[in-house]
Amino acid sequence: MNLIVCIKRVPDTETRIRVDASGKDIDESGVKYIISPYDEYALELALRTREAAGRGEVTVVTLGDSAAQETLRKALAMGADKALLLSAAPVADGLATAKALAAELTGVEAPLVLMGVKASDDDQQQVGPMLATLLDRACVTGVASFEVAEGKVVCHREVEGGTEIVEATLPAVLTVTKGEHEPRLASLKGIMAAKKKPLEEKTAEVPVSRLQVRALAEPPARPPGRVVGEGAAAVSELVRLLREEAKAI
Amino acid sequence: MAKILVFAEQRDGKVSGVAREAVSVAAGLAGPLAADVEVLALGGAGLADAAADLARFGAAAVSVGEHDALAEYNPDGYAGVVVDHVRKGDYAAILFGATTLGKDLAPRVAATLDVPLATDVTGIEAEGGKLSIVRPVYAGKAFATVEIEARPVIASLRPNVFPAVESAAEGAVSTFAPQVDPTSWKVRVVERRQASAGALDVSEATIIVSGGRGMKDPSHWGLLEGLRDALGHGTALGASRAVVDAGWRPHGEQVGQTGKTVAPKLYFAVGISGAVQHLAGMRTAKTIVAINRDADAPIFNVADYGIVGDLFEVVPRLTEEIAALRADS
Repeated sequence: MNLIVCIKRVPDTETRIRVDASGKDIDESGVKYIISPYDEYALELALRTREAAGRGEVTVVTLGDSAAQETLRKALAMGADKALLLSAAPVADGLATAKALAAELTGVEAPLVLMGVKASDDDQQQVGPMLATLLDRACVTGVASFEVAEGKVVCHREVEGGTEIVEATLPAVLTVTKGEHEPRLASLKGIMAAKKKPLEEKTAEVPVSRLQVRALAEPPARPPGRVVGEGAAAVSELVRLLREEAKAI
Repeated sequence: MAKILVFAEQRDGKVSGVAREAVSVAAGLAGPLAADVEVLALGGAGLADAAADLARFGAAAVSVGEHDALAEYNPDGYAGVVVDHVRKGDYAAILFGATTLGKDLAPRVAATLDVPLATDVTGIEAEGGKLSIVRPVYAGKAFATVEIEARPVIASLRPNVFPAVESAAEGAVSTFAPQVDPTSWKVRVVERRQASAGALDVSEATIIVSGGRGMKDPSHWGLLEGLRDALGHGTALGASRAVVDAGWRPHGEQVGQTGKTVAPKLYFAVGISGAVQHLAGMRTAKTIVAINRDADAPIFNVADYGIVGDLFEVVPRLTEEIAALRADS
């Protein structure tokens, strides 16, 4: 079973975000980059699916500049078989991104395309269902686990206050959230093997972005914190403040 | 006249809170965009009664599509009906709630209509006939102001951010029978399981009680459940990444960059030190309360009110006093 996993290079979630001089982007100095965490969950599920099937290939795809090669190598080290870098400057318009992926994936024989439910940089949470719509494939979002059956995929999905079991016809696009399996760490052997695995690079066809970032700002500072007191003795004062000052209860 | 469409989500025949907020936002944009506000709600028979309530928040018209096959959300079914509806009119903007459903539905509608989408929006203003949209990025560590160069402008609004404002005028409610063909749907919900009866999701809550490592053991969560129950309706339990990673709590409760970003009126951080990625997810809460043993914990930098102390002494007292307060009022 062939699977495609779309991944994105994003700043480490522990990064303190600072805005650069342009006022529209982040200051990249000192920022460490990782595979977006939800994309790692997607990759883990893809690898497990391939392992359970005992055949097939997992191809990782990313849209980005040459720095994303390193991100793809990490995915290869985790166990993906092949990598494809769609070379282009990432854009803020999720639909333009989805179109660039759709142009590449049209006609590609892969019953499942997986990606994280959202990228942890721009948090758009839209490329998966857009890609599925453009490819006229089934799409299930927020999938924690799935099983492939004859002609369909059965997904466990997180929704407000519970879970759903959803069946989708194949081929399908699934967006993945955290489930029971933590992404595997790359072994030394995996890292060595990744250097020899195929990493293809081609220029992406990204349409003009019709969603423009005009400004990026750090969040308004909260007023400095105030310690009401120590221990259970401070509770009465806290409750008074919550009721009379904050009017929160 | 152009229109602004608000897609109103329903679950079990009840209209979601964010639908009222979205209608109020649309009503505020109606003047500057020279547009009327129309609500579209989809569901099973009898939904019109519940959806009629939205007419009080500034909608000129509430269109309710009733069909047994749409009683519960189906992505293919709902997207088809919304797109058909939009293609029949002149829409300047379409607003969704940024709920699980809205985040699933809006991208499908946007891709079919071939227009971009701004998700999880926390600010939207008309400036010279254009919409200036603010949305959090990096889970709230920064805010981007974006502009969409297409029509209609499609956005999903984060719940609990915009006020629901009642309007003097009351719009007209009408029902229609949507054309649907369930045999063509590629996705089918087989089963729905509730986490626990009536449990409210952290993204929908107006008050959140979150626990972290300081809780020491998953068996201690009864303490937080007690506080949640004392705070009453609209309160949900949340969790830090550490306790979710440890398997103490389900991922659905996780607040932070790899969990949910929330904006409740009141947020209790209990035994949570306040890692960067957790703070990103809850710093837009209106009021933050922190309870932690460690006076140097970063959570105290953002907490409006902090108590330094043993949570196993503080939380029971807090629960008792809040319960007493509510019993009095």
